[in-house]
Amino acid sequence: MNCRANLKGGGRLYKILGKKELAHNTVCQLEVEAPRIARKARPGQFVVLRVNETGERIPLTMADTDPSAGTINLIFQVVGKSTALLGTLNVGDAITDIIGPLGKPSHIENLGTVICVGGGTGIAVIYPITKAYKEAGNHVIAIIGSRTKDLLILEEEMRAASHDLRVTTDDGSYGHHGFVTDVLRQILDERRDVKLVVGIGPVLMMKFVSKLTKEYGVKTVVSLNPIMVDATGMCGACRVTVGGQTRFCCVDGPDFDGHEVDFDELVKRQRAYLTEEKMAMDRFMTMGE
Amino acid sequence: MLDNKERLKIPRQKMPEQEPEVRAKNFSEVPFGYTPELARLEADRCLQCKKPKCIAGCPVEIDIPAFIQLISDGDFVEAARKLKERNSLPAVCGRVCPQEDQCEMVCVVGRKHEPVAIGRLERFAADWERGNGEVFIPEKAPSTGKRVAVVGSGPGGLTLAGDLILKGHEVTIFEALHKPGGVLIYGIPEFRLPKDIVQAEVNYLERLGVKIEVNCVIGKIETVDELLQEYDAVFLGLGAGLPQFLNVPGENLSGIYSANEYLTRANLMKAYLFPEYDTPIARGRNVAVFGGGNVAMDAARTALRLGADEVRIIYRRTRAEMPARIEEIQHAEEEGVQFHLLTAPIGFFGNDDGWVTGIECLRMELGEPDESGRRRPIPIKGSEFKLECDLAVVAIGAGANPLLTTTTPGLELNQRGYIVADPETGKTSKEGVWAGGDIVTGSATVILAMGAGRKAANSIHEYLMNKPEKRAPSSPTRMTAAR
Repeated sequence: MNCRANLKGGGRLYKILGKKELAHNTVCQLEVEAPRIARKARPGQFVVLRVNETGERIPLTMADTDPSAGTINLIFQVVGKSTALLGTLNVGDAITDIIGPLGKPSHIENLGTVICVGGGTGIAVIYPITKAYKEAGNHVIAIIGSRTKDLLILEEEMRAASHDLRVTTDDGSYGHHGFVTDVLRQILDERRDVKLVVGIGPVLMMKFVSKLTKEYGVKTVVSLNPIMVDATGMCGACRVTVGGQTRFCCVDGPDFDGHEVDFDELVKRQRAYLTEEKMAMDRFMTMGE
Repeated sequence: MLDNKERLKIPRQKMPEQEPEVRAKNFSEVPFGYTPELARLEADRCLQCKKPKCIAGCPVEIDIPAFIQLISDGDFVEAARKLKERNSLPAVCGRVCPQEDQCEMVCVVGRKHEPVAIGRLERFAADWERGNGEVFIPEKAPSTGKRVAVVGSGPGGLTLAGDLILKGHEVTIFEALHKPGGVLIYGIPEFRLPKDIVQAEVNYLERLGVKIEVNCVIGKIETVDELLQEYDAVFLGLGAGLPQFLNVPGENLSGIYSANEYLTRANLMKAYLFPEYDTPIARGRNVAVFGGGNVAMDAARTALRLGADEVRIIYRRTRAEMPARIEEIQHAEEEGVQFHLLTAPIGFFGNDDGWVTGIECLRMELGEPDESGRRRPIPIKGSEFKLECDLAVVAIGAGANPLLTTTTPGLELNQRGYIVADPETGKTSKEGVWAGGDIVTGSATVILAMGAGRKAANSIHEYLMNKPEKRAPSSPTRMTAAR
């Protein structure tokens, strides 16, 4: 493990107070001490963190915050070196840098009926938004999906955060056998009163959710997760095309109108460092650094 | 004692530096700096004018003849202290100031000969002091109990913090990134400004008592209004911070970076040390850099050091209009950077993976001068041609980042989104708030930001000493502090 002592200028520590594996070896939840961020964060906002002194800056959405305890809740899937390294930290360890809250908060209002669709670790991102829509007085239907039952996260939390929860798995090991879009289509066929769909998950899922809702003419918001560096609008690494315009996801987003997003470009931009990511992961698995 | 005739006979001393073919493959600093012998020889070229022009040529009005005399006398530590009376970052300025447009431009020796190498001497004295562990911590004025918040730890904020802490105020700097230094850390490459030097300057301020809070994006974690509840004055030195793109088709292909992103990856994140450091950076073989400023030169030279076979600077005017320092252009050229002048990009091509493979360009000719005073480039009809590239860096300037300004009610901005501030004091339209540097002027130089920090520090000091008490007096020495 490669975690240094983490005394920052100003004496701030981002200490890990709790750790839970949500899916064995893949999805992990950390409760991290970050009182100022916890106090300010709103649903939909994210943080950028750097695990250690040699780490890269990666954006992660806050699944929850507890302002009174001064903690934020981060849920992540191990997909590469940085998340693997983050996963090696335990209670009592600290994260070197956490910057936030970043991005615009989700725009929450009372619209009537809202469907919140979460896929994979996107469920962690949509959870606080789902909760907020319910608190704002909406009738909230939630659809969550994963590849297989073992990877499904936050089922109970999502059930509590919504009025009606539907579950799908790609392999049929739990809930509906198929994709979130199957269930979404079913609901959209049944009900004409859906005012908004919020879809958060893998880019392809968001693309197909948006394609589907466009057929039904239902407004759709997606939360994008491109590669970022500073995440304050300074570098443009996270540029996405929305409605033919280049936008910076870190400051203009992360929420955008799903019907306007160029998802194909986003997929390609997310894959820009595949070779380097694989090299870093292989090195981490063999050398531990 | 030498007489003036003898002094004028001494040629301007060159700084020893790495050979171009060697340095183009490493990130170590290019010049080695003067030896004490070279420094004294160069210092002897100064005529010690009775009415020196150089002081007025310096944005922070360093007593240039005095510090050069001290070098000539061999009292290098005192020379550094003389510099620090006016300039808290001499090791930085000695490296990155455009002296040829400032002090050295008006140097009397320069009328008939080459001017005294003021910048190189400044660098020498500052390095000597630091290298010999002679950094002197001046005595601070007694505490005033007043608190100042500084947003941004670039050259403007660091200068202001250094001035105000010495005057007895409490100073806290808020930095958005995880390391202090602003453009000195994320922007200017290691081979031009070693990061140890920036770190040493920051350490010096911390030893003086300046508090630095990294990872604080003001406008997000705290607003300026919230800072004003806790602090008696706020200085906004956040930099320009918004990359400009070309706005041509294909610009969102992978492998096309803003200069900010490319340099931040390389410098702040140390991507040139990947995989020891985790941040990746695309290593192009055939690199195109758009722009003609210092940032474009930095990006081009970084690309060479990351292993590129060919690096082209693509600029739509001619060499005469390039805003980069001559020294930077020369360094780039010696290292093998090619210049494609009077050329403008009009679009990019990519492959199926969405990676850039080439640029469509147009040839230009120069027309009448535009509002910048430079001759306007005009496209030549039918002159389209293609250039191959597998990496492109857009270094055509910056705009005003709206993150802080749009969350600060009552702060007057100009049409381009920059903060309106009094050029003499840095005072903004908002009570208790000052601003300076690139967020006021648009992209400029390190020394101009420092000059703005200095002026704002004076104005803030005056304001604080006349400001009625907001809270209970916290220090018995308060009354003696106003001096």
